[in-house]
Amino acid sequence: MDNWTFGVTMIVVGMGGTLLTLWILSLIMSGLKKAFPYKKEE
Amino acid sequence: MLDAILGGLNGLVAGFVNLHWSNPVMIIVGLVLLYLGIKKDFEPLLLVPIGFGCILVNIPLTGLMEEGGFLKIIYDAGVITEVFPLLIFVGIGAMTDFGPLLENPKIFLLGAAGQFGIFLTLALALALGFTKLEAVSIGIIGACDGPTAIYVTSKYAPHLLGAVSVAAYSYMSLVPVFQPPIMKLLTTKKERMINMGVVRKSASKTTRIVFPLVVTVIGGLIAPKGLPLLGTIMLGNLMKECGVVSRLTKASENEIANIVTLLLGISIGATMDGKVFITPQTLIILALGFLAICLDTACGVLFGKLMNFLSGGKINPLIGAAGISAYPMSARVVQKEGQKYNPKNYLLMHAMGSNTGGQVGSVMAAAVMLSVLKGMGII
Repeated sequence: MDNWTFGVTMIVVGMGGTLLTLWILSLIMSGLKKAFPYKKEE
Repeated sequence: MLDAILGGLNGLVAGFVNLHWSNPVMIIVGLVLLYLGIKKDFEPLLLVPIGFGCILVNIPLTGLMEEGGFLKIIYDAGVITEVFPLLIFVGIGAMTDFGPLLENPKIFLLGAAGQFGIFLTLALALALGFTKLEAVSIGIIGACDGPTAIYVTSKYAPHLLGAVSVAAYSYMSLVPVFQPPIMKLLTTKKERMINMGVVRKSASKTTRIVFPLVVTVIGGLIAPKGLPLLGTIMLGNLMKECGVVSRLTKASENEIANIVTLLLGISIGATMDGKVFITPQTLIILALGFLAICLDTACGVLFGKLMNFLSGGKINPLIGAAGISAYPMSARVVQKEGQKYNPKNYLLMHAMGSNTGGQVGSVMAAAVMLSVLKGMGII
């Protein structure tokens, strides 16, 4: 694999993959906050 | 008799005779690192042992980094095996409060944007002629996270370990110097004045306990090659949040982290032998590492601007600068800068959320990178 292909792949899949993973995690955490709401006595 | 005396004297001057020109230069570099750590308080826990290790290894004929040498034994046992950075991660997880991030999970995205510099620098390193795995190790300086940089570099480009780790730790400590001008350049005064209000505690104990488990499982499934990094930091955090293993938590954030930091620092310093360290390549790596962290800051702020636009002006883009892993320095810088333009602004907890998002983001970026490399058959 040439450097150009490698570099573009890392930018697209690497940056995209990181963003997508953290977006999924943020959605799950938002869901968990609704599933287990904070109670004042905590 | 005379021969024996001359032989004995020869032994006493052999160190001077075998001194390569690069050794005194590196001893000065070691002294500079010590100065930065001791006098300027720049990451002293690491720069002091690194600086001292650098001095030790540049004294000729000591054999410290040869087979059986004590620094070589430490290096082989903890750095080559990747055990040291992983143990440090358990401590980091135990020390980090992900609460501010859980109060507003959308801020996770800033932690992703704050890693874009890694990939942009990787591409630049490739263009400058570095090999693919060298470029990966140079790009990872942009994670602004010493243990991550050491983990990746020791595995895939161990010959660059000294330069990469020194760059990662030195630039982390320089965050208060180089971030403010970038933040100012990319934002308007009106944006810098945006008040985001008070962070209210809204994450339950259950959410806090489930968080490390979710990150480990989801992150591990998406990027299995990075699971050691993710798993260890999340183990530390689970121990902290569950509250039933306080002895282990305390040991992780104190005794284990302290011992490992000392051993890691001195063995990293021991990779800075002048004959292999002083090359044009090292200077390029230091420059690229600096660029990576600046790009991270810029991408984080620009992403903050985008989120501000999409939220109808509710997000202060300055908190995007904290989407890097330099915790909690970066969040403090954001707080300070925000208050310069609006003294009533209290961005610290929002920036802490972004900053802890950056911690997960940097580990996730490294994990994604390793898994993409594996997928492409490069590792």
